[in-house]
Amino acid sequence: MEPGLIIETRELSYRFGNHLVLDQVSLKVGEGSIYGFLGPNGAGKTTTIKVLLNLLQTVEGKVLLFGKDLQKNRIEILSEIGSLIEQPAIYSHLSGKENLLNRALLLRVNVARVYEILDLVNLTEHADKKAAKYSLGMKQRLGIALSLLHDPKLLILDEPTNGLDPNGIIEIRQLIRQLVEKQGKTVFISSHLLSEVEKMATHIGIINRGKLLFQGTIEELHNVSKKQLEILTDNLIRSKELLCNNGYQAEISSDMIFVPYFSENQCAEINSLLVRHDHKVYNLSMSKQNLENLFLSITQL
Amino acid sequence: MSGFLLSIQSEFYKTRKTLAFLSAILLPLILCILITVGFYTHADKIMFYPARMQWFKFSGAFLGVMGSLILPILIIFQTFSINNIEHRAEMWKSLFSLPIPKWSIYSAKYVYTVFLNALCLTLFAGLIIASGHFLNVLNPELKFNQFDISAILFKLHLKLFLASMGILSIQFLLSLLWADFLKPMGIGFVLTVFGIITANLGWKYAFTIPYTHPMLALSSMMKQVLNNKNEQMEFDLLSREIYVSLAVAVITFLIGYFVVNNRSIKN
Repeated sequence: MEPGLIIETRELSYRFGNHLVLDQVSLKVGEGSIYGFLGPNGAGKTTTIKVLLNLLQTVEGKVLLFGKDLQKNRIEILSEIGSLIEQPAIYSHLSGKENLLNRALLLRVNVARVYEILDLVNLTEHADKKAAKYSLGMKQRLGIALSLLHDPKLLILDEPTNGLDPNGIIEIRQLIRQLVEKQGKTVFISSHLLSEVEKMATHIGIINRGKLLFQGTIEELHNVSKKQLEILTDNLIRSKELLCNNGYQAEISSDMIFVPYFSENQCAEINSLLVRHDHKVYNLSMSKQNLENLFLSITQL
Repeated sequence: MSGFLLSIQSEFYKTRKTLAFLSAILLPLILCILITVGFYTHADKIMFYPARMQWFKFSGAFLGVMGSLILPILIIFQTFSINNIEHRAEMWKSLFSLPIPKWSIYSAKYVYTVFLNALCLTLFAGLIIASGHFLNVLNPELKFNQFDISAILFKLHLKLFLASMGILSIQFLLSLLWADFLKPMGIGFVLTVFGIITANLGWKYAFTIPYTHPMLALSSMMKQVLNNKNEQMEFDLLSREIYVSLAVAVITFLIGYFVVNNRSIKN
């Protein structure tokens, strides 16, 4: 166990019958980080989360939380975790406050904490309203409130912004940032949209078809991105043909020609080649693949 | 242990405003009001009986329907309602990810369901006695106040309670496994009808079917009371069907615990 790791899985595999859902996943989530766990639908995100919460029993690999084996220390570990899996689990016949009071009763949490949490998630005004009448965003906030009630060190959120409008997404994002910055929590958040997570995550893990394809900081993810030359000329099709005929891997996308970047000399050669053949070069610059495209290219490998 | 007690408190807290809890109170209350009104308006038909027989007729009106149909259906409804609260809220995954032992959550839910059944039957016994005395106040010519039936009635309801433990445990397990109403309700209803038929036909192995136990408990009690030469309303609390009912309850409870403990929450 490396110091400072809150979640660590070692070659974790999980099967539903013969179907391998998780294939030797080794996660490393450091203390105080916001870990964005990304992958398309069906990649294995929710299965991983259920394994982390001991809702699915594993036989292959090891799961360590707070440095302890989950199988042997279930209650102790779960007492430090707050979770929201898929849709928030809420009793719709009870009010928001009653949902929290019921959970407070189960977890022996002081009643004052219920009001504190209602305030934190901006639900004080709607505390006595039946949860059935809550909007999706309010339900999501109540779900987060339930997971925060016992003041856990680790928050595991499975697609918490699913179905929310832009305002709702921003509210949840601000809340998560606040929890990490002001209360020192560690947040493990899954999503199928990189754009949603990259604005708040400090670390990213990308999973597809049960395999962890990338794990690291946002900066490290940027570094994975391959540099490209963006070329704009008066006739993109002719220029592309010329470049291809001269051995370059040129592609047209978004009204630009893209060529993999290798060196400054290569830039000069391409420029010279185009000019020699009477192509008007309006722009020749280096760029990086944006993160969304990078995410797509990683998950489509 | 504290997890178990907290889970019981939580069960009460979340069901206190639902039909799962209210049915245990409302059913005996409504049935008592209806039968009391019936006996009040037709008091002349039982007026000439001795006090003991008046009680027998009055309580028989409840117990006849209770034993065969109402008690099994009520149990099917209550076990479904209590488990459905969790199914509907997709709460199982949330409950099982709390730092509480799974057995506490499971057994607290089971014990709470047993408590509701006990509460319902205790209310039945209490309300029958209260209604009889109330009828006597309304019509002083009745003789309910001349015979104390309370000990017998409570013992009889205790017998019914024990006889219903098998049904309760099976229905609890079915409702735990399936979220939709039709499966536990459908299976329970078919088995109840099957139980009524086999018990009425006097099939010699009817006692092996838990859904016949309330009926068999009542008929074995009746047989004993009618055969008593000293005209005392005495009967055994524990009879063959009660032993089978309790054995089924223990086995089904353990199976349910095994299912819950090894359950992977896939959905």
